[in-house]
Amino acid sequence: MRAALQLSEAGLKVAVLSKVFPTRSHTVAAQGGIAAALGNVTEDNWHWHMYDTVKGSDYLGDQDAIEFMCRQAGEVVYELEHYGMPFDRLENGKIYQRPFGGQSQNFGGAQATRSCAVADRTGHAMLHTLYQRNVRANTQFFVEWMALDLIRDEHGDVLGVSALDIETGEVMILQARATLFATGGGARIFSASTNAFINTGDGLAMAARAGVPLQDMEFWQFHPTGVYGAGILISEAVRGEGGYLLNKDGERFMERYAPHAKDLASRDVVSRAMTTEIKEGHGCGRDADHLLLKLDHLGADVIKARLPGIREIAIKFAHADPVREPIPVVPTAHYMMGGIPTNFHGQVVAPYKTGPEEVVQGFYAVGECACVSVHGANRLGTNSLLDILVFGRAAGNQIIEDLKRNSHHKHLPGDAADKALGRLARLDSQKDGENVSQVGDMLRKTMQTHCGVFRFADLLKQGVDKISEVAQRARNTEIRDKSRVFNTARVEALELDNLVEVAVATMVSAQARTESRGAHARDDFPHRDDDKWLKHTLYFSEDRRLDYKPVRLKPLTVESFPPKARTY
Amino acid sequence: MKERERARWRCRRGLLELDIVLQRFMDKHYATLDEAGIRQFETLLDFPDTDLWHMIVQKDEDEGKAGLQPVLHLLQSI
Repeated sequence: MRAALQLSEAGLKVAVLSKVFPTRSHTVAAQGGIAAALGNVTEDNWHWHMYDTVKGSDYLGDQDAIEFMCRQAGEVVYELEHYGMPFDRLENGKIYQRPFGGQSQNFGGAQATRSCAVADRTGHAMLHTLYQRNVRANTQFFVEWMALDLIRDEHGDVLGVSALDIETGEVMILQARATLFATGGGARIFSASTNAFINTGDGLAMAARAGVPLQDMEFWQFHPTGVYGAGILISEAVRGEGGYLLNKDGERFMERYAPHAKDLASRDVVSRAMTTEIKEGHGCGRDADHLLLKLDHLGADVIKARLPGIREIAIKFAHADPVREPIPVVPTAHYMMGGIPTNFHGQVVAPYKTGPEEVVQGFYAVGECACVSVHGANRLGTNSLLDILVFGRAAGNQIIEDLKRNSHHKHLPGDAADKALGRLARLDSQKDGENVSQVGDMLRKTMQTHCGVFRFADLLKQGVDKISEVAQRARNTEIRDKSRVFNTARVEALELDNLVEVAVATMVSAQARTESRGAHARDDFPHRDDDKWLKHTLYFSEDRRLDYKPVRLKPLTVESFPPKARTY
Repeated sequence: MKERERARWRCRRGLLELDIVLQRFMDKHYATLDEAGIRQFETLLDFPDTDLWHMIVQKDEDEGKAGLQPVLHLLQSI
C-alpha cells in the first residue's frame, strides 16, 4: 500500500489485488513498532541502527540495502506522521519510542530506544492510515481477488498476472507495465505457526513457478512461546515480567542453557533449548511435545493488570487460566527472512542473462515476500514494518522512473493465462484425488518435524523425500465443489499449491546449508562458517537446483562491518 | 447465493486469534443462526480486526454492542 500510494499520487493508474480486505492483511498483527533512530528518548543514529541490523542478520544481510533502510527510517516515519498516523507521544510532543531486543547505542553498547509505536496496534494504525490515503489518491482496490500466476514473455519480462475473482470464480488477466508483489510470508507451511491463515506464500510460489529463484529460504524465525496447538503468540512481555519455562519434571531448564539471561535469552537461543528438551524426552503432555510457561507466581493482580491480553489468549486457546496454571507453549514459526530476491530499489533480480543479479524487467517485490536482504539470517524486532515502508516507497519511486522509459504495454503472449487455467482445469477434472486438508496437514507436519527450530542431518534428508511425496500428492488434489461463485475449496486447493512451493524450497535449501547461522541451526554443524557459507542461497523450482551468490558486504557510503562472533 | 461460503471467506483475517475463533464459530454455530443472526454476524465481520478482537475478549457492556447480541455472546463463549 505504501508503493501503491507513491504511484497513485504520481498520477499513475494503480490496481491493488488482495485476497482479503486490505486492512485485514497480516501487518495488523505487528504490535511492537517501527524502528527508526530518531533519538527522541536516548541518543541514537542510523549508523548504530545499521550495525545492529548487520549483526542481527548474522552477517548475511546485504550492507548496501541495510544502510539504505536505516538512513531512510526517520524520513518514512515522519512521512507517515504527516499522513495522519497517530503515534504515541512524549511529554515534549515528539514521537514516543520504546526499547527492543537487539537495539544498541554506539555499535554494541548500551540499550537503544528506537521503536516508534501506536500502543500495541502499530500495524493496525499503519494499515488504516495508508488505506485511507490510497482511497483519497484513487488507488483502485480489487478485494477478494487471488492472483494465480505471473505472466512473462519470451524475454522473461513480467507483463502482469492472471487472477481469480473469488466472488464470481472468473479468471482475468491483469496486464501491467509494472507488477509489484507485497504478498507477505508463508509460515503456514509449519504446524506451529503464529501466522494468519492467509499467509500461504502465494507471491513466492507464483515467482518460483515462473522461473524466478527464491533466496535464503532456509531462514525462518521461530518465536519461543506460541500457544501449543493454536500458535497464537505469547509476547516476550510474559518472561519480561518474570514468567519462566518448565519441562515435564518441573525443572526451570533455561538455567542450564543460558545461565545469565535464562528465559530472557534471545529468541533463537530459547527456541533451540526448548526443542532440545522436547527431543530428549523432557516435553510435557501425552505426546511429550510441548513445554510449560509458568506465571502464576506473579500473582493474580500483576497478571490481570499488566498481562490481560495474554490471560485472555491463554484461557481461550489453551483452556488454562495463567493465574492458576501454566500455559502450554511450543516454539512457533513466525517470520520468513528469505523470499523473492530484490535490490534495494525493490526490483526483482535473478541470475539470468549475464550477471548474478540481473533485473527482471517489470517485476518488483517488497516486504516479507521479498529478500532485499536486510534481515539476512535473523530479523530484529520492529525492523519489518520499517522494511515495508522504506522499500515500498523505494519500489514506488523506481517504478515511476522505469515507466518513463517504458511508456507502452508490451505484447501479451497468446498463452498468458494458460498456466493458471491449466491448473484450474486439472483441479476441476481430477477424479479419485487427494483431500486438500489432509495433504496440507501432512505438509505442515513434515516441515515441523524435519525442518523446525533445530535441524538434524538425518531428519533433513528424510524430509526432502517426504516433502517430495507431499508435492506429488498435491498434484492430484480433488475438490467436490466445482461451482464458480465463492468456491473457497478451490481457493484453498490453490493455496496448497503455493504452500508446497514454499515448503520444498525451504527443505531443499536447509538441507544444503551445512552450517549454523542466525535462525538456521544445524545439529551436525553447530558453528557459522564464513569461509564456505557467507553467501545467499538461490533455489530454482523447475529442477530444484541450488545456486549461490555473494553477500553484498560493501555499504553505500560507510565502511563495511566485517563478520564477527555474534554475542549478546 | 453462497452466503455461508462468503461469510467463511470473510472470516479470513489478519490476526490468527480471530481466524481460529471465527472458524470455530462457523463450524459450531453458523448453521443455527436465523436471518437476524446472520445479519449480526456480517456486521461484526465488517469491524477492523483489532476492534473485533477486543469486542470478543473484553466482555464489557457497551451500549453500541447491544444490537450485536446474541451473536457476539456466542463468539465470546468460544
